[in-house]
Amino acid sequence: MDLAVVVIIQIVYSVALLVLISSGLAIVFGMMRVINLAHGEFMMVGGYATIVSVNAGLNVYFAMLVVAPLVVGILGLIVERLVIRHLYGRLVDTMLATWGLSLLLIGLATLIFGNTTTGISPPIEGFPIGDYQVNGYNLFLIVMTVLIVGAVYAVLSGTRLGLIARGTMQRSDMADALGYNPDKVYMVTFFAGSALTGLAGGLLSPLVGIVPTAGAQFIAKAFITVISGGASVIAGLLSSATLFGLVSQAFTFLVDSMVGEIALLVAAVVLLRLLPQGITGRFFKGGL
Amino acid sequence: MTMNRRKFLSTGSAIALGALAAPAIARTGFAADTIKIGSLLDTSGLFDAYGKPMDMALRLAVDEINGAGGLVGREVEIISYDTQSDMALYTQYAQQLVRKDKVDVVQGGILSASREAIRPTLRKSKVPYFYNVQYEGGVCDRNIVIDGVTPAQQSEILMPAIINKWGKKIYILAADYNYGQITARWMQKYAQDAGGEVVAVDFFPLDVSDFGSTIAKIQSAAPDIVVSALVGGAHLSFYRQWAAAGMNAKIPMASSTIGVGNEHKVLTPEEGNGIMVAYNYSPELQSPTNLAFLEAWTAKYGDVSAIHEIAVSHYQGVKLWAQAVTNAGTPDRDKMIEAVEGGLSIDGPAGKVSIDPKTHHAILDVHLMEFKDQSLKVIESFSQRPPVDTQAVCDLQANPDDTTQYEIKI
Repeated sequence: MDLAVVVIIQIVYSVALLVLISSGLAIVFGMMRVINLAHGEFMMVGGYATIVSVNAGLNVYFAMLVVAPLVVGILGLIVERLVIRHLYGRLVDTMLATWGLSLLLIGLATLIFGNTTTGISPPIEGFPIGDYQVNGYNLFLIVMTVLIVGAVYAVLSGTRLGLIARGTMQRSDMADALGYNPDKVYMVTFFAGSALTGLAGGLLSPLVGIVPTAGAQFIAKAFITVISGGASVIAGLLSSATLFGLVSQAFTFLVDSMVGEIALLVAAVVLLRLLPQGITGRFFKGGL
Repeated sequence: MTMNRRKFLSTGSAIALGALAAPAIARTGFAADTIKIGSLLDTSGLFDAYGKPMDMALRLAVDEINGAGGLVGREVEIISYDTQSDMALYTQYAQQLVRKDKVDVVQGGILSASREAIRPTLRKSKVPYFYNVQYEGGVCDRNIVIDGVTPAQQSEILMPAIINKWGKKIYILAADYNYGQITARWMQKYAQDAGGEVVAVDFFPLDVSDFGSTIAKIQSAAPDIVVSALVGGAHLSFYRQWAAAGMNAKIPMASSTIGVGNEHKVLTPEEGNGIMVAYNYSPELQSPTNLAFLEAWTAKYGDVSAIHEIAVSHYQGVKLWAQAVTNAGTPDRDKMIEAVEGGLSIDGPAGKVSIDPKTHHAILDVHLMEFKDQSLKVIESFSQRPPVDTQAVCDLQANPDDTTQYEIKI
């Protein structure tokens, strides 16, 4: 019984982890169709922002929840103004530009922090469930992910800002004709996506050691999750993350973590063969 | 070679310059050509916590050698490459060291994967190789000298100690490459010999940093002890996550690797306290040679915080090579190896280290230690342990052409 609870927590945690690392990308790629290959490096920057502020004496929650998203959001803003906005609609060119950007960020981080692993300790104690001991920080991540998804949903569906953003993504010329400046909407959306990415990096920094190349371990999973999710930002993200989290954890428990990783990738290949438009290309169609 | 006029002029002037420079060389007391040490270490990337202090140790050892008049009257020069924690770079730089730089010896390699990547190249080019890291044992090759502790010196001490202290059921976690795979098998053997039972062995690729499901799996197996042979920066997250789950208070841990890269100073005391290890060196040793070593290190680098097990191992490896060259009277490969096999021994910071002529492995002191407030507290010392694991399979005097790495069968 206790084991079942622990396993369920672990599965929910790995789903949450996928949602967390993909949420920023879901907005930038899912909504804006910008392939940001520097997504992983944005997370890495968020991680470093957190570690540096904690080492400078800031409260760890403030560092994770405020400093990291702000730093990466502003980084995203600068990148959008300087590079991305000239390349909207040019898929291959944005890929190339953001790939270059990712190399640049890795190089800069190496220059500043050195090519070493740094980290901070998780701020939350573990607690027991029956005979088992559970990592308290994992639960915190689950809660934060639920809050993030809830907030994104609320903004996109409930506010005028979200409506304008969605409208602009669908028909920027119509939004323009109605008096909304698409340029500004894109800018704000990219800022929001980057800030979410930074938040994810900040939240993960106590759990995994951060190296300048840490982004590489996230980017493949983030893209797989978002692409397999399909057109709907939130429904797609949640459905594909649930599927992949479930598959990889099931195999991790049954065999080992190596097989778990392989199972995730195999599931993604099969899924995209059967549903080339992603999960929400067939199910939950028209949802958000 | 045909000699044209231009070549004659340039060679001639080089000789003339050499003659002019000769008095300067005579004044420093060194002969014209240096003895070259090739160094291959990961001083950046995932394994730099191991490599950086090893590099510092190498430079300290060479400074001391040159300060004492060099080797056989010649100055020792270091030619080093940063292998960036990338196994592919090892083969590339090893080729460069033997072909272009024409070094007399190669000191270095950290992961067993890197050692196996360069060992054949160095043997083929007849460049002697000193590998100075604790490893899984069994390498039988006359071209290599190994002064790190092996499982017989480490697990044979660690396993009975933890089984007596904590209980019989053992859960092993190991890095997924030759070191982890072979070491895990040795651990199983010594655990069984001591009356223990291994309930599970899990392997992890070197870049895995999320151990959530593993921690749940360990709990469902409910072992008395967790033994880790995890390696590198990414795997360090395991100890953090283990402590974050509060598991460090429930199931005790021992390791064949943690501490080697000064992990006990990276983890907080709460995360690390109580972890049991067995190594050749602790900075807390009070021998005169160790105190002198710590003083020399402080004079060169300011403080001793970077020193760790394999840095000292590397320092001793360089000193062993220097002693062999002195005994042989030349850095020449064959004569130097004969000196290695002729009763080579030094008194290093970690005590007496002698090379066993049959295996080219080290006979050395081993200490059972415990993490205590970010330092290594010695619990029990074992004097002059031979590498019985490798001795059981390897005899280089009977088979000088052997190049096998023997593995234990269970």
